[in-house]
Order: sequence, then structure tokens, then C-alpha cells
Amino acid sequence: MRNEMKIQFSALSQNESFARVTVAAFIAQIDPTVDELTEIKTVVSEAVTNAIIHGYENKATGMVYIEAAIEEDTIHLTIRDEGLGIRDLDQARQPLYTSKPELERSGMGFTIMENFMDSVEVISEPSYGTTIHLTKYLTKNKAMCN
Amino acid sequence: MGLAVNLELKHTVLCIRLDGELDHHTADMLRSQVEDYLRKHTVNHIVLNLEGLSFMDSSGLGVILGRYKQIKSQNGEMVVCAISPAVKRLFEMSGLFKIIKLEEDEELALQALGVA
Repeated sequence: MRNEMKIQFSALSQNESFARVTVAAFIAQIDPTVDELTEIKTVVSEAVTNAIIHGYENKATGMVYIEAAIEEDTIHLTIRDEGLGIRDLDQARQPLYTSKPELERSGMGFTIMENFMDSVEVISEPSYGTTIHLTKYLTKNKAMCN
Repeated sequence: MGLAVNLELKHTVLCIRLDGELDHHTADMLRSQVEDYLRKHTVNHIVLNLEGLSFMDSSGLGVILGRYKQIKSQNGEMVVCAISPAVKRLFEMSGLFKIIKLEEDEELALQALGVA
């Protein structure tokens, strides 16, 4: 059975914590390990931070959209903004690359997403925004009835 | 949940103790507090105690790297201590351990810097 949820919120940095905690609470239903839960929280934080800093350049009028779905042991996440978009995706995904070094960005956001998830797909169009599809398969085989 | 920042000067070593979550939102606050402290005090080295840190992402790596560069530019060193396995993974992924020394606790970190 597929189980889905959607949230949307203002592109404000104080909502980063709200976003990762909410997604973690949703996926807790399929009993992930503590490590898996931390990984999910971290990638949500990375994607939402990117939307706020890069997509909307800290303009709080923008909205960030998250869709999460759980299907047996698989987690699907879609994190979307309607911001500026990414001009050069290959460059953006390079470890340690940042377009905003003056803001002390580490340039590790996409690298962390790729390390913590099983698949990362980025669709971006300048001035239309960026959508990130993330998938993770939980390692445990569970024999419990929910 | 936010971030509590505790700053204490031991001899000329600034101990930065973090309690809570270090993300983009709290990183800006940490940066300005530490920068303000460094302007007003004579600090030779930094010990970063992460014992109370329950969450960190790449924004945390950025602000830590920024403070490392700041103290390095004054010929100082930074030592990180009491780090969780989750935070350790992020440090390893980004190569931060190549430049920042890791110790088990604050006492050992201070010893490594020749204090205490």
C-alpha cells in the first residue's frame, strides 16, 4: 500500500527544522533505523536549504513543497521550489562546489544527498525552479504488521 | 529546537560548546556570535565541543570551515571533540579531518593544544 503526504511552507530558514522533523515523523511509520532516520532528516535539510538560499535567494515570499511517499520499504521524496533554477547542474553537483562561497556554504549538499539516498534526480529550469526526486530503500526486512 | 552556544575562554583557547541542532538557520547565529567574540578577545586556538549536538547538515560544515579559516589566518589551530557518529560521517565525507584535529573530549582537546 502506498501512503503519501504533502506539505508546503514559506521559504524561511526557521522552517528547515520543521520540514525535516515532519518528514521523519511520517517515515517513522515504516520503522527505519536511527541511522536511516538521520540520513532522511539530513537530506531534507539539504534540499530545503538549497531551495531557500539558492532557489529563492532568501526571499520569504517563495514556497517550498515536499511530497513524501512510503511504499513497503521504499521512501520517495520530492522537494520542489519555484525559484531561480540551476543553470549548470553538473557543476552544482560537484563535491565542494558552491555558487555562494561568501555565505560560507560548504558545497556538500548534493554530495550528502547522493551518499545518503539510493537515487537522486534533479530537474531544474532557469526561472521555473528546481525539483529533486529522492529515493531510499530501507535495509531491514521487516516481518511486522502495521 | 534551536541551538544553544556556550563560549568560554580557557587561557587563550576559545571553547565553543554547541547544544541542539546546527543547520542553515542556526549557523548564521553561531557565526556572528563567534566572530563577535573573536573581535573582543585575544584567542589563539579554538576547541569545538559537539557533545550536545543532536543534528548537523552541510551548513554546519560551512560555518565550522569558516571559523577554521579565521583562526588559521591568525596562525591558530582548531580541535573538534565529542563528535557523534552521524556528524563524523559528514566530516569524513567533506575531508574536514585533513585540516581539523579530532579528540575524544574537551580535556584531551585542550591538552592537544598545550593547555590544561
